[in-house]
Amino acid sequence: MDEARQMTTILPRKGVVIVGLGWTGSILALELARQGLDVVAIERGPWRDTATDFNIGTAADELRYSARQETLVKPAQETLTMRNTPAQTALPIRSWGSFLPGSGVGGSGMHWNGQTWRFLPNDFVINSHLTARYGAAALPQGHQIQDWGVTYDELEPHYDAFEYLCGISGVAGNLRGKIQEEGNPFEGARQRGYPTPPLKQGYAQDLFAKAAREHGLHPFPRPSANLSTAYTNTYGCSLAPCTYCGFCERFGCANYAKSSPQTCVLPALMREKTFEARTECEVTKVNLSADGKHATGVTYVDKDGVEFEQPGDLVLLCAYALFNVRLMLLSGIGKPYDRDRNEGVVGRNYAYQSSSGSTAFFESARFNPFAASGSLGVTADDYNGDNFDHGGLGFVGGASITSAHTNGRPISYRPVPPGTPTWGAAWKRATADTYQKVTTVNAAGSVMSYRDCYLDLDPTYKDPLGRPLLRMTFDFQDNERKMARWMAEHCVDIAKTMGAKQTVLNTITEPWSVVPYQTTHNTGGAVMGSDPKTSALNKYLQSWDVSNVFVMGASAFPQNAGYNPTGTVGALTYWALNAIKTTYLKNPGPLVTV
Amino acid sequence: MVYKTRREVLAASAVAALATPALGRTISGEMPWEPNDAHPPAPVVPGPLQFLTPDEAATIDAIVDRLIPSDELGLGGKDAGCTVFIDRQLAGSYGTNETRYTKGPFPEHTLPSQGAQSPLTPREQYRNGLAALATYCKATFDGRAFEALSAAEQDTLLKGLQKGDVKLPGFSAKMLFAAVHTNAMEGYFADPVYGGNHEMAGWKLVGFPGTRYDYRDVIANPNQPYTRPPVSIQGRAEWTKPGK
Ligand SMILES: Cc1cc2nc3c(=O)[nH]c(=O)nc-3n(C[C@H](O)[C@H](O)[C@H](O)COP(=O)(O)OP(=O)(O)OC[C@H]3O[C@@H](n4cnc5c(N)ncnc54)[C@H](O)[C@@H]3O)c2cc1C
Repeated sequence: MDEARQMTTILPRKGVVIVGLGWTGSILALELARQGLDVVAIERGPWRDTATDFNIGTAADELRYSARQETLVKPAQETLTMRNTPAQTALPIRSWGSFLPGSGVGGSGMHWNGQTWRFLPNDFVINSHLTARYGAAALPQGHQIQDWGVTYDELEPHYDAFEYLCGISGVAGNLRGKIQEEGNPFEGARQRGYPTPPLKQGYAQDLFAKAAREHGLHPFPRPSANLSTAYTNTYGCSLAPCTYCGFCERFGCANYAKSSPQTCVLPALMREKTFEARTECEVTKVNLSADGKHATGVTYVDKDGVEFEQPGDLVLLCAYALFNVRLMLLSGIGKPYDRDRNEGVVGRNYAYQSSSGSTAFFESARFNPFAASGSLGVTADDYNGDNFDHGGLGFVGGASITSAHTNGRPISYRPVPPGTPTWGAAWKRATADTYQKVTTVNAAGSVMSYRDCYLDLDPTYKDPLGRPLLRMTFDFQDNERKMARWMAEHCVDIAKTMGAKQTVLNTITEPWSVVPYQTTHNTGGAVMGSDPKTSALNKYLQSWDVSNVFVMGASAFPQNAGYNPTGTVGALTYWALNAIKTTYLKNPGPLVTV
Repeated sequence: MVYKTRREVLAASAVAALATPALGRTISGEMPWEPNDAHPPAPVVPGPLQFLTPDEAATIDAIVDRLIPSDELGLGGKDAGCTVFIDRQLAGSYGTNETRYTKGPFPEHTLPSQGAQSPLTPREQYRNGLAALATYCKATFDGRAFEALSAAEQDTLLKGLQKGDVKLPGFSAKMLFAAVHTNAMEGYFADPVYGGNHEMAGWKLVGFPGTRYDYRDVIANPNQPYTRPPVSIQGRAEWTKPGK
């Protein structure tokens, strides 16, 4: 170790050191380089661009990108260990399943679906809101639900900035307080409509919209980062219309039609003279001053194992929620969460997304599931957040209920009716017969935060550099299980109204498992808030303990809402950026004192 | 490395030429873009087995043909090239677990929710699993190998392996079944460039059009049959072989 340290090359100082060049890192890099700062982004994966890495001749390859996961971080390089309860022994996730973190320029923002939401105004003040409406006793046992320290109104301009960066296709539901027929009547007020009109929807979505209305719900096209029309964004980067190719999530988009760092940021970023990207370099640690109050820069290793120290004035962790938390723990930024004493903050309040719903089998239909996009879909938000009365239901939280087809790729998408064997002549017949006749109605639900759901360092398993892996202790708690079932029952009812001859109710019956894909919506672990005892970051995503470190990403969510995270991740990034530009750079130091 | 790009080759030689620290790869000033620098997969070409032995391949042929039987709906697993697919996958980086986390310890008791915890590579799973199956068959069926059993006997045995009711000597029956089942399905439904899905049999079975990449017409005309034939990464046979 000492020998290795002696060999570390110390590089010239930079104004800003960014760890990870995905969604959040690329936005901050561009904006801060435009402030004239010297910016270096250190990214552990390779450079990736559309023409080279997801060329139209090679992009549509389910085996390579989905089954073999070529663009993800290799678990051999970094993974996590996992257990459901604090009493169990965690074991490593040896190959990715439940979630699929990216590696390489663009991060997970390259192979995401692009469903781009704003959280509800109540989501940001959820503890106060629920307590006021139902009383503190209505909150689930063992919960650590807390307000965010930032409000929807504060974030609104920054949601707008991210949506106009991406060119999101959608239709407004609430324009400056005026409810719009075609949009989501439950959304918070927005200053202007979406930059591009909504995507066209498929046959299943038409059936769903009609059925949902019959049930008294308010369906609307899901806001999409797969664009309906050509669009040139605020940075001068141009996107093309989506062709519904059905190779979206888990793939880079060969059409330049999916908002990503590649399509929306990098062409502008690479023209900035004061910006430099270092790829295939893994940051191992944020270095701190002797008193632990100031970051002096980062240490990283290149792919040949050579170690470098990159000094910097400002360190921005943009390494994806889970890896931000691990880097904080490995570097000693903030007090680690101790579940037994219920003290400390780093690793606290890890949460996820719940999924439930209905699979709907039709007598005759041609859903053409391959004609799809990552965020095609029609959603109803009537049962999301606290949009409905939870009195007597026995749970808090909610879900967005959606009809969607994102793909019909047949290595993984081969639905058959329940009871069908998994091979043989009967399997083959059912597979051929069912492919066109199935659709789903799904509920993507909130997950509250609990004392027993958290991240810390694993005592046993190490990465190739000998550093402990992150350990995840997580299961869906009773509140989420009740909610998921209630939502699934509604999904079944809607599916029946759509005309399904057979419906299956899917809900959470087993412990959370790392095996089947669920969502890459890992939240919490370095949450924002107004009290340093229960949050790792202040309301500007600045570390309470080390004021020249800001931590981007869904790690800042105190609990998760009933939506995909990235719209809010993008808004928080612009929100933090605004504070850095207008206040921090003029007078570096804590932006909030308590 | 399976997919070597021109850029990687260039980068590797550039690094070798310089004695200064590599700094990983430093990119600034412009997009590091080079014309024609895409990296397609290496197509599987017919030819001798690369990992499986002839005996192993005969057993896999027999298994994949029961998993995906040949019938009026289309080719079975064997004729669709599932064995070739499996052979080439095992011969490549998939076979050696290049991406999996493989550090121990490997405790005996694990939770189902923690996923597969075996230290064995796919190559070891096939080699050891098929050897155990061969031993089991010989002992149980009067010296006959799996491929010599009747279709009904094969089906009964496969069901026993899948459920774990059949105990193979020194190897998990469930693990062997899961490996072959997963890889056979991959082979049947993956792009034909990887050696399976011959004549796009898997895609025709469900009506998947492959890599056409543009379905604006389908979205515009809901609930209509899709009539165009599927296309692979390598196009269609008649596009590349004139006169056919
Ligand atoms: C299949 C899939 C579908 C998704 N669909 C949706 C969706 O529809 N809607 C939605 O809202 N969200 C979706 N997401 C989530 C979305 O991709 C993420 O929320 C988003 O990319 C987070 O941005 P980020 O900047 O925090 O992380 P990323 O974009 O992942 O970027 C992090 C970067 O940091 C790098 N890095 C990590 N550790 C280090 C280190 N130690 N040193 C150097 N570099 C490092 C990584 O390689 C990566 O490039 C999806 C994700 C996946 C995987």
